[in-house]
Amino acid sequence: MIKTDVVIIGAGPTGLFCAHQLGIIGLKCEIVDNLDKIGGQCIELYPDKPIYDIPAVPKCTGEELTNNLIEQIKPFNFNFHLSDRVQELKNEKNKWLVKTLNGKEFETPNIVIAGGVGSFEPRKFPTKSAEKYDGKSVLYSIKDKTIFKDKSVVIFGGGDSALDWAIELSNSSKVTLVHRRDEFRGAPASVQKIKELSDNKTIDLITKYSIKDIKGNGSLESVEIKSETGDSKVIKADYVLGFFGLIMQLGPIAEWGLNLDKKTIPVNTENFETNKKGIFAIGDICTYPGKLKLILSGFHEGALAARGCFKYARPDEKYRFEFTTASSTIKDRLGVKE
Amino acid sequence: MAKIKYIEFNGTEHEADVANGLSVMEGAIQNDIPGIDADCGGGMSCATCHVYINDDEWFKKLPEKEMGEDDMLDQAFEPKSNSRLSCQLIISDDLDGLTVHMPEKQV
Repeated sequence: MIKTDVVIIGAGPTGLFCAHQLGIIGLKCEIVDNLDKIGGQCIELYPDKPIYDIPAVPKCTGEELTNNLIEQIKPFNFNFHLSDRVQELKNEKNKWLVKTLNGKEFETPNIVIAGGVGSFEPRKFPTKSAEKYDGKSVLYSIKDKTIFKDKSVVIFGGGDSALDWAIELSNSSKVTLVHRRDEFRGAPASVQKIKELSDNKTIDLITKYSIKDIKGNGSLESVEIKSETGDSKVIKADYVLGFFGLIMQLGPIAEWGLNLDKKTIPVNTENFETNKKGIFAIGDICTYPGKLKLILSGFHEGALAARGCFKYARPDEKYRFEFTTASSTIKDRLGVKE
Repeated sequence: MAKIKYIEFNGTEHEADVANGLSVMEGAIQNDIPGIDADCGGGMSCATCHVYINDDEWFKKLPEKEMGEDDMLDQAFEPKSNSRLSCQLIISDDLDGLTVHMPEKQV
């Protein structure tokens, strides 16, 4: 059991800056994110896309923004719990007991939900028949590539994951790559390589087709694909891999008794607390009149939520407002030597 | 201003007058029309505002896809050749009378 002042759910820019604000006012926090890296949507969706509306930063990419935020909270040495997800919350004597999917437990008076639009999960095949084989012979990520040796593998998708795995597995498996159109969004070098492999018949490349059905009798036998014009083909398959990017699901957050408005959590604008005492929501996941889904709004929300957390973390102390330019206490916390 | 017709997968029809400059996606969200999620809020980074333009004439009349829209559509639920992201369809008087069909689901 880890005791802390605040558990932050979500390591995107909003969660990171909230952690900074907590550090500045002398609170400890633990940060949980179900991605395997820090940065949230900035890193997962647009690491290379320039952002133009961070105050005083005319232009930076999602990755640069993330790296700077990580740098900014370094002095506080907060723990990150990546590839993990907060699953369960229980209230006990004004404390929240938090359990994660990987079995970690926290005791904290405050939870800050900075979960964006939920957690990222792989987009799955739309066909019902795929569910039966999910995790066994229908896969959306690869942990052990040796299982594909000498097998027939049908890969769906047109992005880097699909192309890279098609290239990689073509060495030791019979690979068919299926994509819904002729163009690929993967790196040009990979697209070129795929075309070469297709030309010399190392892989079967089928475009303008998508999945129709998965067939098998106990174990997977074949996959049926269809074109928009109504043609269909059956391909023998031991494994079917789908790489259609990630979708965002609210997940367990929906089960914590919080008021919800569509996929967002209503909060007050004084401290961004939800209808549950000690649970705050900031960033894209919160809603209030006038809400803007901007990173800068998330920063503001995180700063105020941090002060809200102070009240429950230090019930016997009075919060004192200080500037980072003037306060020696804050400079000590930042490890600044003068 | 353009009158846009949104047809859900189950056939339910909705009509909305959407002001110029907004997107077809925003027209649905502001009028509480179900079937378009728009998780990312219009940033062309999530593919949850996916619609079909079943009328070929209309499909050709729409502003062309920008770089990236087709890449994002690869990740949509059941994309077809007449798929568009409704956040990329900006309303002008020219779009008056456009009908969009929603897919069975967005995620």
